[in-house]
Amino acid sequence: MESILEVKNVFKSFEGKEVHRGVSFSLQEGETLGLLGPSGTGKSVLLRSLIGLDVIDEGEIIYRGKRIDLYSEKQFCQVRTKISYSFQNGALFDSISVFENVAYPLFEHTKLKEHEVEKRVMEILEVVNMADARDLKPSDLSGGMQKRVGLARSMALQPDILLYDEPTAGLDPINVEMVLEVMKKFKTKGYSGVFVTHDIPAALKICDRVVILKQGKVGFMGTISEFENSNDPFVQSFLTGL
Amino acid sequence: MIANVKSQFQQTGEVFRLLQQSLYGIFTPPFYWGRLFEQIIHLGMGSLSITLVIGFVTGLVMTLQFGYGLAKFGGTLYVPAIVSLSLVKEICPIFTSLLIAGRIGSGMSAEIGAMQVTQQVDAIRALGTSPIRVLVVPRLLATLISLPLLATLSSFVGILGGLIIAHTEFNMPVGFYINKVLTTIKLVDVFGSMFKCFFFAMVIALLACYRGFKTSEGTQGVGTAAQWVVVRTSIIILISDFFLSKAIILLFE
Repeated sequence: MESILEVKNVFKSFEGKEVHRGVSFSLQEGETLGLLGPSGTGKSVLLRSLIGLDVIDEGEIIYRGKRIDLYSEKQFCQVRTKISYSFQNGALFDSISVFENVAYPLFEHTKLKEHEVEKRVMEILEVVNMADARDLKPSDLSGGMQKRVGLARSMALQPDILLYDEPTAGLDPINVEMVLEVMKKFKTKGYSGVFVTHDIPAALKICDRVVILKQGKVGFMGTISEFENSNDPFVQSFLTGL
Repeated sequence: MIANVKSQFQQTGEVFRLLQQSLYGIFTPPFYWGRLFEQIIHLGMGSLSITLVIGFVTGLVMTLQFGYGLAKFGGTLYVPAIVSLSLVKEICPIFTSLLIAGRIGSGMSAEIGAMQVTQQVDAIRALGTSPIRVLVVPRLLATLISLPLLATLSSFVGILGGLIIAHTEFNMPVGFYINKVLTTIKLVDVFGSMFKCFFFAMVIALLACYRGFKTSEGTQGVGTAAQWVVVRTSIIILISDFFLSKAIILLFE
């Protein structure tokens, strides 16, 4: 498989505190990569860095052969239509409806006519089982529903890569299953994904490979079966947390 | 102490950077006309009634006070000139700007601050759009358009209020009052006042948006940001008013 996203030797620190100390991994076309690690190891920071929401101190981020970490904010705007980010809390715009939230990127980046946008938005909302909520405001939705709308919004432009920042965190088992079901649908459509999570069972269900961050570096990288069968005590400590 | 001074300089630099980015956003596409229109309605129309009330009441009170004050020296005839000049050149621009700083500046900062702490600003970026264009430019333009117009309207109703008191309380003929006002107020006074409001509008919108983006520490941070904006903008408006007035006098009088 071809590598569409490469992270090479990335360093990042905040006010002198090193978060990443040479993180490297790659994402293959069509795969979902789990990004795991104890709290505070900078998983979300790394995810944000992939689309320039946070700026790395050193290293390289390469998307389809182009080094994007050197891009300006304006250049990143274009990248962000291809690499989409799904926020932990959904980050929906609270002054507009569910429909308008999902339509936002379509109105911004496509020349679709209004009825075409409506058709596309309703198709996406069907995928996440939120079509009935199209006219509701985000404040009228539960946490799980907000996350599903957030996922819908992030896939509106049919990006190459979806970045999921803890999409199952804080949800009850039923909502977790619903979110995972949505992610599976995206996967079967051929989207690549990076899945930041603490939820090991969810990672086992969705991911093809797993990267575990440990003290600012990659502590483990391998396929799901390598992850499950690893004798490494650090990896075991993750699995026994099941 | 040194760290505080350094921080103030840094903040000033960041505000100027925001100004530069906003100016670039004003003159280059994409333009968000719908959002601009929304902001003008929210900011301009929303503040219209309170601005008119303040202008009108100020006109009433000033005429009353100057009328009785000057009557002691036989100077009641000068009331229309004094009241209209004060209203147009100073009172209405300052009152309206302070009102907008309190009502709109704090609201803008709280709104953007709340978006910042709930990652909505990051979401705007993550969706390939610019928070400067989406959030700052429409608010800045709406304030630049609305504030001078509001202040001018406020002056107008203030003068009208003065007319009512001058006529009813001091038996001043309506024609005399209007004639005195028209011969006293020059076009340069109106434009000078609008120019000052234009500057105050820029200060209010820029500081409010800047502080909104800098909001942290959750909901408490949102409140602190709103408070910061009202205090800073009020001080800057009052101090800069002196220098702007001086500059206008030097240039045009």
